[in-house]
Amino acid sequence: MQARYSFFSLARNALGYHENWPEAWRSPEPKASYDVVVVGGGGHGLATAYYLAKEHGITNVAVIERGWLGGGNTGRNTTIVRSNYLWDESAALYEHALKLWEGLSQDLNYNVMFSQRGVMNLAHNQHDLRELQRRIHSNRLNGVDSEFLDARGVKEFCPIIDLRQGGRYPVLGASLQRRGGTARHDAVAWGYARGADARGVDIIQNCPVTGFRISNGRIQGVETGRGYIEAKKVAVVTAGHSSVMAGLAGFRLPVHSLPLQALVSEPVKPVIDCVVMSNAVHAYVSQSDKGELVIGAGVDKYVGYGQRGSLPVTEETLAAICELFPIFRRMRMLRQWGGIVDTCPDASPIISKTPVQGLYFNCGWGTGGFKATPGSGWVFAHTVANDNPHPLAAPFALDRFTSGYLIDEHGAAAVAH
Amino acid sequence: MAQSAPAAARSSQPFRLSEGGRIDRSRSLTFRFDDRELTGHPGDTLASALLANGVHLVGRSFKYHRPRGIVTAGAEEPNALVQVGRDPRTEPNVRATQLELFDGLGVSSQNRWPSLEFDVGGVNNLLSRFLPAGFYYKTFMWPAAAWETYEKAIRQAAGLGLAPSKPDPDHYDKTFAHCDLLVVGAGPAGLSAALTAARAGARVVVAEQDFLLGGDLLSDRTAKIDGRPALEWVAEAEAELRASDRVRILTRTICFAAYDHNFFALHERVTDHLAPADRPEGLPRHRLWKLRTKQAIFATGAIERPLVFRDNDRPGILLASAARSYLNRWGVRAGSEAVVFTGNDSGYATALDLKAVGVRVNAVVDLRAAAEGPLSEAAKAAGLRILAGHAVTGTEGDKRIARLRAAPLDADGKGVRGSGQEIACDLLVSSAGWSPTVHLHCQAKGSLAWDEAHACYLPDRSMQKGQAVIGSAAGAFGLASCLAGGEAAGREAAGALGLEAKASRKKTQAEDRDFLPMRQLYCVPSDKPLGQGGKHFVDQQNDVTAADLLLALREGYRSIEHVKRYTTTGMGTDQGKLGNLNAIGIVAERLGLPLPEVGVTTYRAPYTPVSFGAFAGRDVDALLDPVRTTPIHSWHERNGALFEDVGQWRRAWYYPKAGEDLHRAVAREVAATRETVGIMDATTLGKIEIVGPDAAELLNRVYTNAWSKLEVGRCRYGLMLKEDGMVMDDGVTSRLAEDRFLMTTTTGNAAPVLAHLEEWLQTEWPDLEVFLTSVTEQFATMTLSGPNARKLLAELCDLDLSTEAFPHMSWQEGSVAGVPARIFRISFTGELSYEINVPAGHGLSVWQALYRHGEKYGITPYGTEAMHVLRAEKGFIIVGQETDGSVTPLDLGMDWIVSKKKDFIGRRSLSRSDMADSGRKQLVGLLTQDPKVVLPEGGALVEAMRDATPVPMIGHVTSSYWSPNCERSIALALVKGGRARLGKTVLCPLEGGKTVPCTVVEPLFFDKEGDRLRA
Ligand SMILES: Cc1cc2nc3c(=O)[nH]c(=O)nc-3n(C[C@H](O)[C@H](O)[C@H](O)COP(=O)(O)OP(=O)(O)OC[C@H]3O[C@@H](n4cnc5c(N)ncnc54)[C@H](O)[C@@H]3O)c2cc1C
Repeated sequence: MQARYSFFSLARNALGYHENWPEAWRSPEPKASYDVVVVGGGGHGLATAYYLAKEHGITNVAVIERGWLGGGNTGRNTTIVRSNYLWDESAALYEHALKLWEGLSQDLNYNVMFSQRGVMNLAHNQHDLRELQRRIHSNRLNGVDSEFLDARGVKEFCPIIDLRQGGRYPVLGASLQRRGGTARHDAVAWGYARGADARGVDIIQNCPVTGFRISNGRIQGVETGRGYIEAKKVAVVTAGHSSVMAGLAGFRLPVHSLPLQALVSEPVKPVIDCVVMSNAVHAYVSQSDKGELVIGAGVDKYVGYGQRGSLPVTEETLAAICELFPIFRRMRMLRQWGGIVDTCPDASPIISKTPVQGLYFNCGWGTGGFKATPGSGWVFAHTVANDNPHPLAAPFALDRFTSGYLIDEHGAAAVAH
Repeated sequence: MAQSAPAAARSSQPFRLSEGGRIDRSRSLTFRFDDRELTGHPGDTLASALLANGVHLVGRSFKYHRPRGIVTAGAEEPNALVQVGRDPRTEPNVRATQLELFDGLGVSSQNRWPSLEFDVGGVNNLLSRFLPAGFYYKTFMWPAAAWETYEKAIRQAAGLGLAPSKPDPDHYDKTFAHCDLLVVGAGPAGLSAALTAARAGARVVVAEQDFLLGGDLLSDRTAKIDGRPALEWVAEAEAELRASDRVRILTRTICFAAYDHNFFALHERVTDHLAPADRPEGLPRHRLWKLRTKQAIFATGAIERPLVFRDNDRPGILLASAARSYLNRWGVRAGSEAVVFTGNDSGYATALDLKAVGVRVNAVVDLRAAAEGPLSEAAKAAGLRILAGHAVTGTEGDKRIARLRAAPLDADGKGVRGSGQEIACDLLVSSAGWSPTVHLHCQAKGSLAWDEAHACYLPDRSMQKGQAVIGSAAGAFGLASCLAGGEAAGREAAGALGLEAKASRKKTQAEDRDFLPMRQLYCVPSDKPLGQGGKHFVDQQNDVTAADLLLALREGYRSIEHVKRYTTTGMGTDQGKLGNLNAIGIVAERLGLPLPEVGVTTYRAPYTPVSFGAFAGRDVDALLDPVRTTPIHSWHERNGALFEDVGQWRRAWYYPKAGEDLHRAVAREVAATRETVGIMDATTLGKIEIVGPDAAELLNRVYTNAWSKLEVGRCRYGLMLKEDGMVMDDGVTSRLAEDRFLMTTTTGNAAPVLAHLEEWLQTEWPDLEVFLTSVTEQFATMTLSGPNARKLLAELCDLDLSTEAFPHMSWQEGSVAGVPARIFRISFTGELSYEINVPAGHGLSVWQALYRHGEKYGITPYGTEAMHVLRAEKGFIIVGQETDGSVTPLDLGMDWIVSKKKDFIGRRSLSRSDMADSGRKQLVGLLTQDPKVVLPEGGALVEAMRDATPVPMIGHVTSSYWSPNCERSIALALVKGGRARLGKTVLCPLEGGKTVPCTVVEPLFFDKEGDRLRA
């Protein structure tokens, strides 16, 4: 039985020297068979399992993770959450996610530290300004909060930004989504895991899925490091490894896997209280509750699986940060890492049924899927439960690559994170 | 170096020994710590100088704000972090143990308010029971809106030092280096490897994080090499290496990252150690070295691990090796009454050294039931009191340790018997064993093997060719083994380089002292259950205790990565150099697993933190990105142009005359161009020369239209698509000769288009014989446009410009103002236009000549903004404005340019079902029903407005201007099913609720027949 988390339970447990806290989730042996097996214990997979149980009453579910929960991109990203996407289809999906974020800690009874500190996208030239305006107009009509700040407004919102004329690319303005912000990435995985577990979902770590059993075009189950597991339906949510998984199921995905890197500085007292993103000089930054500057960089320009990222990208990113914030040149990089992002040709995700009956894929979130986590889980659970895409997921089906109904967020999404 | 100290300096440094150490006692340096003025000597670090002055309390911990002191003497320091200097040159979180003292150095303590001695945040310590690992995940959720209020308080309490608040005035540099062999670490192993390889003729770089060479030998008062003090050998080695022109020694330099194929990043602190007035003008503050080497040797040493016991975090509790360093390298005793707590023999080395200089050693508490190594024997002989089979079960003391308790240990190490005895002390040193510094090896994806006897991970297999780990970094803890290992590795590296290492004249002689056997206890028990009274700190900086680790495990966070993330152990600025193995050991014990099965957390770059400035180097301020300007730029400047950034280019945007705003200036430029003649600098357009027998074939494949039949001397407009069928670029390409074309691209896409063509040529069509050369900067391009363009050009040009001799869409070679030129009769304004290309160096003079001769016609320079208006009047698209990666040629109404006969990139995509959908967005013109209203660019379009969102949108305004020639506003837009809406009304909602009704029209507003163009 799970304990409810609250200030009172914390105080009560303090008296018992915290010896009596129950496990946040169990670690059961896999059963022989499940109604749904979710492959991949990242945020999206865990959210899928949670909403399958909570919204669709499907509780005979296992989440199968080859390593540790949240060890993929969920635990590596720079945690920016926003919904100010250009296209209607994207805006609807990410805005649905943002609404879920707004009540997520309470829903999960786990503080995911969602902090709506505001996300600013900077414009550095006339072209940026035009694109920004376009996005703001369409955001508004889509019910996504979005406002324009001129250079003065930018400075007011983020006083440490440098607007001196000596800079290479002056800041001309920005779009601001005040409801955007950051969240604690690990807590998202753990909170969903705990919530799913409480509803009966089995969470199985250290268990790679190594193959699919398919007969007559229908999924039968998965081969895993811990033996065969039968499943009526299999939902694959494996981010950077999705093309590998599709290969195992006998089809191909239009997905490129690229290393995307990020880094943090040493912790300092609060110095920046919002998220700043810039496309033209390519960098984005926020400050974690611990005090570290969390800085996102670009992708390596070649396909790879090394979760590290190359030096030139680090250099370019920090040069850009030093340009926007010359006060940060004496800050120091504490830790740098990378994650493998699965990118689609149109920079939009795939949430879809597949050529195999009962096998579903949710991937292609590329450099920006953390913000979608609750929404992605929500619509994917619906899709799996009903064997029919959720209306918000329908435009993101695989067949768009054959129909040509692409949702190209490249040009318009400013930084694609 | 050791000289007798001036009396004054000695008395002000009560804990400085009267002799010994690698400091210059002839000079005193004054420095300030908070509001105290203190002195030290050249050669001191801030930490050694503070200890010489008896200062132990130097900081407050991250979460509980507990008083903390100096723990180590090196890069692994978790506690002694200080704020150095003043804005704008201030730097937070600097490790006192690595900060070199200079005269006038000013530092302050961090994370305390109002003062280090009295810190209000200390209440967190009293509340610590309510703040176990992860407490924040369980609370602060009600009411939902309050989180951000709680968060503010949490943020204020967290963080360590302060970021600077003003721009950094210093500069940084970067450099590349190549060598045969990189040796990281200049201890005995590294030095002997470097010597051996250098003698064989290798080009060697030695990188050492310290400012002195010698590594651990600097801290050793008894070590001998060849029968002499080891430091004499170090000095000779250094002299020999420095004398060689094949060797570069980089001190104050950390090798912080290992990449594939023996590529390394190093960070050199060039001037930080100098007093600001002594810092040479021309030198950067830091330098980033990007080094590629054939061979690499990691001689990075080992880091001592502290024992984890109850209340092990008070000031005055140090690593045994650190106390020894302070004693021997800096002539500083870290206390007067010491207790040594150890589970291996190296603690005894410190005990003996302390005793030798007269520190009272009140006890050696040894976890081992019987102390029986060579050093413990020596200690016994020296009469030290040894409590074998004992453990320190707790400490006391407010801002400095005052006493401890030691009690006999159970045989299994899980408990103690009785409450033990109290021992007074002001210094407690501990040693749990040594952890080889395997970071670079692991960053390079090398594997590790667990060594149970030494309780440490050793490097196992390297994953990169030509890498070796030697010395104590490889578990060879003895001096003789280090020297021998270094020599062998140096020889092997030389061999791999094809050099022959001569057998050394004679073998270097030294002794190994073995520290075995040891007893490893990851968590030392006390008389109370763990977590119930007192704290066993595993990670001192982040205030993570052993009880926190167990809590994480209890709650199901079992993977070591979960434990780390849930408790934050190992995530401080020391990145777990001290605490990680203890944490792993505690976790393994509780899970009942052999330690190696728990695994390790990933070793990530950088080894120690590196300034952002070093990564940015000189790419800051205006140098972030090159500024590209045209040869005519100075003219634009002189004539009052305002500029806009287009990619890296700075283009003339418009040329306001006195009193004109953008709107007025553009109206004037546009009108003049239509009425008489305008001149524009088009140099920035990308130009690619395409040469070879298959040049036309390449164009056939990358453009939607056909090129084979284009005659020499003719020009053609082309659209280039991505594989997905979407417009990628456009431009005019001209046939210069049978096998030679000149392609123009948009300004921003010049490089991407070249890369795109090269990729296809190199990866898909290697059979095509074509060469591509970017010639953008070889030519200056100026456009003469307007009814008087021909007349004006004729004055300066030797060609017959009549339409018959020189029709639209053709080009000719001639001379303009006496300069050889290529003249293209092509137009982006819809007027009679000539694009004149001259060698870049002549650009300015030809421009000036045209301008001079044009004055009588009222020639008007026009910028990019006017150009946008002119082309919009004609409905010409701008890639990136009318297109956004989702637009096909058909959407643009440009079916005419898409060949049905041949293949080209993107063709198959165009046959996808959605491409034929009549509901796709199509390019149309918009006329506001009130002609004075100019639509906002980017404005959304709807059929009907409503309050409830989402409001269905049917498109957006791509371009919108006031058109002086049409005397009204005009706009281009992409609208769903746009061509079927011709004549219909759509609405553009503005901010604030107003909507602008517009009529959908053909996207062509001026000179619909195109007569002017062909005039
Ligand atoms: C450096 C970086 C910064 C980013 N910044 C942001 C940001 O600021 N904002 C934002 O919105 N997004 C950001 N992202 C993107 C975001 O992290 C991802 O889109 C998102 O987290 C993907 O979640 P997921 O659950 O699908 O994938 P993951 O968390 O990667 O989960 C996939 C899981 O599948 C498991 N798996 C793979 N193969 C198998 C197998 N065969 N069997 C079993 N399990 C398997 C993996 O181990 C992994 O745990 C960033 C990404 C990176 C790398």
